[in-house]
Amino acid sequence: MSTPEIVHSHAAPQGFIRKYVFSLDHKVIGIQYYFLALVAVFVGMFLSLLMRIHLVWPSASIPLFGYIKPETYLTLLTMHGTIMVFFVLTTAPQGGFGNYFLPIQIGAPDMAFPVLNMLSFWTTAVAFLVMLAAFFVEGGAPLHGWTGYAPLSAIPSSGPGEQLGADLWILSIAIFCLGSLMGALNFITTVLDMRAKGMTMMRMPLTCWSWFITAILALLAFGVLLAGGILLLMDRNLGTSFFVPAGLSLTGKMIFPAGGFGGDAHFSHAGGSPLLWQHLFWFFGHPEVYIAILPGMGVASQLLSTFSRKPIYGYRAMVHAMLAIGFLGFMVWGHHMFMSGMSPYTAFAFSVMTMAIGVPSAIKTFNWLGTLYKGRIRFQSPMLFAIGFVSLFVSGGLSGPFLAQPVLDIQLHDTYFVPAHFHLIMGVAAIFGIFAGTYYWVPKMFGRMMNETLAQWHFWFSLIGAYAIFMPMHYLGMAGHPRRYSQLTELQYLAPLLPLQKFITYAAFVTIAGQFIFLVNFFWSMSKGPKASDNPWESTTLEWTTSTPPPHDNFGGRVPVVNNGPYEYSVPGAERDFVMQTDPPVGTGH
Amino acid sequence: MGLALLAIIWLITLASTYFFVAKTWWLPVGASAAAPWIDHQFAVTFLLMGIIFVAAQVTLGLFSYQYRDRPGQTSVYSHGNNKLELMWTVLTAILFVGLNLMGSHVWASERFAPSQDGAIKVEVTGAQFAWYFRYPGPDGTYGKVNPKDISAEEQNPLGLDASDPASKDDVVSGVMYLPVNREADITLRAQDVIHSLFIPSMRFKQDAVPGLLIKMHFTPVMTGDYEIACAELCGLGHYKMHGVLKVLSQEDFDKWIASKEAEKQ
Repeated sequence: MSTPEIVHSHAAPQGFIRKYVFSLDHKVIGIQYYFLALVAVFVGMFLSLLMRIHLVWPSASIPLFGYIKPETYLTLLTMHGTIMVFFVLTTAPQGGFGNYFLPIQIGAPDMAFPVLNMLSFWTTAVAFLVMLAAFFVEGGAPLHGWTGYAPLSAIPSSGPGEQLGADLWILSIAIFCLGSLMGALNFITTVLDMRAKGMTMMRMPLTCWSWFITAILALLAFGVLLAGGILLLMDRNLGTSFFVPAGLSLTGKMIFPAGGFGGDAHFSHAGGSPLLWQHLFWFFGHPEVYIAILPGMGVASQLLSTFSRKPIYGYRAMVHAMLAIGFLGFMVWGHHMFMSGMSPYTAFAFSVMTMAIGVPSAIKTFNWLGTLYKGRIRFQSPMLFAIGFVSLFVSGGLSGPFLAQPVLDIQLHDTYFVPAHFHLIMGVAAIFGIFAGTYYWVPKMFGRMMNETLAQWHFWFSLIGAYAIFMPMHYLGMAGHPRRYSQLTELQYLAPLLPLQKFITYAAFVTIAGQFIFLVNFFWSMSKGPKASDNPWESTTLEWTTSTPPPHDNFGGRVPVVNNGPYEYSVPGAERDFVMQTDPPVGTGH
Repeated sequence: MGLALLAIIWLITLASTYFFVAKTWWLPVGASAAAPWIDHQFAVTFLLMGIIFVAAQVTLGLFSYQYRDRPGQTSVYSHGNNKLELMWTVLTAILFVGLNLMGSHVWASERFAPSQDGAIKVEVTGAQFAWYFRYPGPDGTYGKVNPKDISAEEQNPLGLDASDPASKDDVVSGVMYLPVNREADITLRAQDVIHSLFIPSMRFKQDAVPGLLIKMHFTPVMTGDYEIACAELCGLGHYKMHGVLKVLSQEDFDKWIASKEAEKQ
C-alpha cells in the first residue's frame, strides 16, 4: 500500500469561485452533488404527483398546468424515471456522500484526481440542465419511458416529444455517462492508492466497500450505455440502422422510405434490431440498480452497527456478499427481457443467475438482523432510517423471486407489480439510505445537529407513506393492471381497480407533504441547529476523529494511522463502548 | 421508540399480508390450459416469500423493541458466526434455485415446444394503437404482406399483397376469435414500434417486435369474452390499445369464419 502524501497536494483556495463553485475539494464537490440531487428529487417527486393526479382524475384541470393530456402523462413518467434514477439515486449516495466521506474514511487528504473530480460534477450538472431543457423545446420532453425502447425512441415521428426532446434526453444521458465514468475512475484509484497507514482493505468501513464496488459497476456499465446512446442518436439523426429494422410503417405511412439522411438510398433503414437496444440498455440498467442500492447497504451496515453498539455481524460475509452482488449483477440483465422475443432458452439461464442474487441479498439481511440481536439500540434519527431501510429492502427484495421466474413473468411483466418491486427496493430503500446518511453525516458536513423531533415525524411519514403507496401496487399488478397506462378508462377490468389507485394517490399526497418536514429541518438546522461535537454519535470511523466540519486537508496536517477494524463497539474491557479506528489496537477484529 | 417501531412494522406486515391472503385483489380468472400450472407456481412462490416476509419483518420489529437501549441492557461483543452464516447461505441457495427449477418445466412446455398439429393459426399484428388478427383461410397459408400497401382508406391495415394468391382467402379481424379447447398457433408481428399482446385470463403475454416474427401458442379452455391489452409502452395511445378475445365452441367458430370467408367473395 502506498503512503498518502503528507503535504496536501493543493492549498486551500481563497476566492469564492474556486472555493464553492469550481472547487477541487472533495468535500465541496460532495455537497454540490448532494444539492444537485436534492433539486432533482423534488423535481422528480413533483412530476410523480402530477402523474398520480392525472391517473385517477384524467379530466381534472390542475392549477397552473391545466389539463394533462395522456401523452403528457407519458412524458411525466419518462422524466420522473430518468431524473430519479440518474440524478438522484446515482448522484446522491455515490457522488454526494461517497465524494465527501470516502477520502476521509480511508484517511486520505482528498480524492486521487481532484481536477477530474471537479469535472465529473460539472459534467453531471450540465447533463441535468440538458435533461431539463427537453421540457422546453418544441414538442416537449420524450414519452418513450426511462428505458427508451427502440424503435419508439428511434423514430422522431412516433409520438409527441420524440423530436428534439428525445435528442436532448439521449444527449443528457450520454453526458451523464461521461461524468459517471470520470467519477468511477477516481473512486477506484482513491480506494486502491490513498488509504492511510494501517487501513487495510478489510479494515475499511462497509460504506467504503460499497462505494468502491459501486464505482467498479459504474465503470463497466456506463461505458455501454454511452455507446448505446451514441448509436441511438446516430439512428435518429444520421440514417444509421442499429435499432431500426426494415419496413416500418406508422399510421399507414412508410417510415424512412428512402433513408433518413439526405434521401440517399444507401442510408435507408434496414437490418437493425430493436432487441439490440434492450440488451445494451439492460447491460447497463441492471447493474445500475445495484449502483443505486449498494451505497444504501453500506450506510445501513455502518449505522446498524453504530447505533446497536455492536460490531457488524459477519463483516467478511458482508464484503463478499457485496462483491457477489456486483459480480452477478452483470449476468442477469436478460431478466428484463423474458417477454421480449429473445430465445426462451436464454431466459432459463438469466433466471437462474437472478435467483442466485437472492442469496447474497439474504446474507445481508440475515447479518443486519444479527447485528441488532443482543445489541443496545439507540433510536436516533439515522438509526430509524437504517431500520426502515432493512424493512423496505426485505419487502422490495421478496417480490424479486416472482419476477425472476419467466413463467410468472408471463403474467407480471410490465404490470404494476414491477414498479411496486423496484420502487420499494431501488427507489424507497435507496432513498432511506440517503436519508439515513443525511441525518448521520449532516452534523459532520455542516457542523450543526438536525432536529430530532422533526426527523422522527419525517421518518414515520416516509415509512408508512412508502408502504401505503407501493404495497397496493403489487395487488394492481396481480390483477393485471399494465404499467404506463395514463388512464384506466379503456379496459373494463381496470375499472374496479380505480379505488385502489385513488388510495395510492392520496397516500402520495401525504407522503410528499411529509418530505417538506425534511426540507425545513435540513435548511433550518444547517444554520440554526445546535453546534455538533466532533463525534456526536460516538462512532468509530475516521471522519469522527477529525474536527467538525473537517479542515481543507481533512485531518489538519495529521496523518491518521489505523489500528482497528471499523466497528469495534462494546469491546470487553475497553474504557468506552466504542474503540475508534485510530485508537490503540484492541479486540479480535480484523 | 422501540415499541413504536415494533407496532408499526408489525401493523404494516399484517395489513400487507391480509390483502394478499384474503385475495381482495388477485389474479384474474385463468381460462387457458397453462393457467393452473402458472397459478400453482405463483401460489408456491407466494407462500414461501410470504413466510420469509413475515418472519423477517416480525423479527426486525421484535429486535428493535427487545434490544432497545435501556438501563441494564448490555450489548454483546460478537463479530458473527461463520457456521450460521454458511447454513443460511446454503438454505437460501437451495430455496431460490429450487424454486426456480420447479417453475422451469412450465416455462419449457410453454415456450420450448412448437405448437401441436391441428392448432388454429392466427397472426397477430400490433400497430399504433390497435391489434389486428389474421386467419390464413382454407389454404392454411398467410398471404404476403407489403408495408407499402398498408392503407386505412382501402381497409387494408396489414398491407395484404393482392397479387399473392395465398392472400385471397386471408381473413383479417379487429376481434380475436378462437375455438375452445384447441391450441392457438400465434404468430406475432408489429408494424411500427414494440407492442405486447397481453391476455390476462389466458396467462399470455408476448412482445410483438418490428422486424421479428415471433411464434407462440396457448389453449383456451373456457368459452367467453376476454380483454386484450397492450403491455409495452407504444406511444400516446398505449392505454387505449385494447381488444377482445372471443372464445367460441368449435361449431360457432366455424360459422364465424365461414361468414367472413363469404364476405370476401
